[in-house]
Amino acid sequence: MRVALFVTCLADTLSPAVGRATVELLERLGHEVVFPEEQTCCGQMHANTGYPAEATALARRFVRVFGADDHDAIVSPSPSCVGMVREQFAALARAAEDEQLAADAAALAPRVHDLSELLVDVLGLEDVGAVFPHRVTYHPTCHGLRGLGLGDRPLRLLRAVRELELVELPDATTCCGFGGTFSIKNADTSAAMLTDKVAGILRTGADVCCAGDASCLLHIDGGLRRGRAGVRTLHLAEILGAT
Amino acid sequence: MSGFASAARAGLDDPQLRRNLRQATTTIRAKRDAAVAEVDDWEGLRTAGAAIKDAALLALDAHLERLEANVVAAGGQVHWARDAGEANAIVTALVRATGADEVVKVKSMATEEIGLNAALAAAGIAAYETDLAELIVQLGDDRPSHILVPAIHRSREDIRALFERELGETGLSTDPAELAGVARRHLRERFLRVRVGVSGANFAVAETGAICVVESEGNGRMCTTLPDTLITVMGIEKVVPRWEDLGAMLQLLPRSSTGERMNPYTSLWTGVTPGDGPQAFHLVLLDNGRTTALADAIGRQALRCIRCSACLNVCPVYERAGGHAYDATYAGPIGAILSPLIDGFERHATLPSASTLCGACYEVCPVKIDIPSVLIHLRGRVAREHGAPPSERAAMRAMARVLGTRRKYELAQRALRTAGRPLSRDGRLERRLPGPLKPWTTFRDLPAPPEQTFREWWRSR
Ligand code: SF4
Repeated sequence: MRVALFVTCLADTLSPAVGRATVELLERLGHEVVFPEEQTCCGQMHANTGYPAEATALARRFVRVFGADDHDAIVSPSPSCVGMVREQFAALARAAEDEQLAADAAALAPRVHDLSELLVDVLGLEDVGAVFPHRVTYHPTCHGLRGLGLGDRPLRLLRAVRELELVELPDATTCCGFGGTFSIKNADTSAAMLTDKVAGILRTGADVCCAGDASCLLHIDGGLRRGRAGVRTLHLAEILGAT
Repeated sequence: MSGFASAARAGLDDPQLRRNLRQATTTIRAKRDAAVAEVDDWEGLRTAGAAIKDAALLALDAHLERLEANVVAAGGQVHWARDAGEANAIVTALVRATGADEVVKVKSMATEEIGLNAALAAAGIAAYETDLAELIVQLGDDRPSHILVPAIHRSREDIRALFERELGETGLSTDPAELAGVARRHLRERFLRVRVGVSGANFAVAETGAICVVESEGNGRMCTTLPDTLITVMGIEKVVPRWEDLGAMLQLLPRSSTGERMNPYTSLWTGVTPGDGPQAFHLVLLDNGRTTALADAIGRQALRCIRCSACLNVCPVYERAGGHAYDATYAGPIGAILSPLIDGFERHATLPSASTLCGACYEVCPVKIDIPSVLIHLRGRVAREHGAPPSERAAMRAMARVLGTRRKYELAQRALRTAGRPLSRDGRLERRLPGPLKPWTTFRDLPAPPEQTFREWWRSR
């Protein structure tokens, strides 16, 4: 299968290892990955902060870049950005009364997948042949959990990883407090939420906190490191990519 | 820092409040989940609830006129109030006309919203709250901090001290039953003495003129049945078209709010019945910003709210900052959208940003209010119409320009790396950053921009 990678601006710039792991994993599974280099950003931050005009321009750009049919599916290591393309593009198009964007977004939506969806639903895989001899806890990020309804797909993938010990995270479904610009505008409340999330991670005794969204991980990792907690964060792609 | 962000600090720094909220919301969440899991088709019920409220809102004027006609036909009187001032004047005049100088009240968010107690006090009329939690708030000269449990921020020890001070009791323990007993004795005397009752309404049925109040303590039923005169103040969005609509609503509300299959007391009355209950009934229909909210095509779904408070109980922001941080009658996720919509953006411009958009509120809302989408929409309204900080606007525009072309984007990535290099050590930024990222780096480490972006790696392989 030919898969187009939407790496997201944040992962591209600050967490390139996530994109690299996604590419290596898919290639190891025998698929071809293409990276449309014109891509920049899906506009999620603008949309969520209340700047729909800017977000709409980025959405138009996105459907242009990924609208080509030289690939069978689009994958992204960020459920919140997948949700943006799948749900919010349509809402932006409606608000802007942009019929072209509405049509393009509708055509694109079913082709865009989170990594765990692509693996489990499209490729029918749970065991991707990974080996990862560590104690891991998993934080299901809000947009993956409630926005995309990923359910236990990521957990099924993790359970199939050899030598990986999966430990349950207390209050796993509670938000980590990132919320994009929320963590800037309401830094104190965000910090209180992060502190509780970090405390939950530490209680598991895990070496690694895994999640499927590079942006939430950036935040959680920032809190763990500031506290010198000695726990690493890894994206799901990085664990599934490990051999 | 202003608005919610600064108001939140008091709650964040109060360990007692944090513990109380955490305990209370954790317990109620578990109860709610269990009560909801019992229902075969909860999703179907939610859809029905949303449809009922939407049907009511889409032809609100017609339903209200029908309600009015049926209330009058049943011997009641209907008064229309555009805003808080009008509503308070109407209620004050009605109480005065009875010759009474005191009223007993059943917990009502509508009267909280219009500040009725203060207005009555200014007119020399004492208003006694009879809901236990409301009583605690009133005795403490405090503000409610939760829709359903207004005194959720108070500990038992607080309440014991309050009762000793305000009700002249001595030697009380913190046993909930003992404290409730004290309140009961205190309230009983008032129920039997006071001749005017004031209530809110959970629902009003247009086709019959029936008013519905649900509660847990039975004190509300005392207020609506013992006095000679009953005055109900009701937001106009509380009307439902048909009697049978209550079937869905009375399943959705108790399971969502208290985690019970049915709340202990459901009172329904239609006008007056000679020789039974109040002999005079007044219904005050309150707009107070609701028709303005109705004009907002995306925001109007907030008017479906049945005040179950499920969204507060699951909100991680509410749980940490506490209800007072919202500085509004309605706290939590619903408060963050309803307050600006009905009370204007001047005081509430920061509320739509007081959320991470985690979606927990939407997931539990029994009438499917898409709170995250409304929050996003209202953020847009703040940015466009109500003066978001110019620095924010400038940053968003600049970022959109950079992200608008591949060339500018890649240049910016390189610029970021160059700027980050002298500030970083061991892959982290050494310092707390100035400017908009300062709050972020106060509490978290930021990674240094890596030596190679993903796209550089892609091209190099
Ligand atoms: S918004 Fe929904 S969940 Fe929140 S109080 Fe209203 S009805 Fe309940």
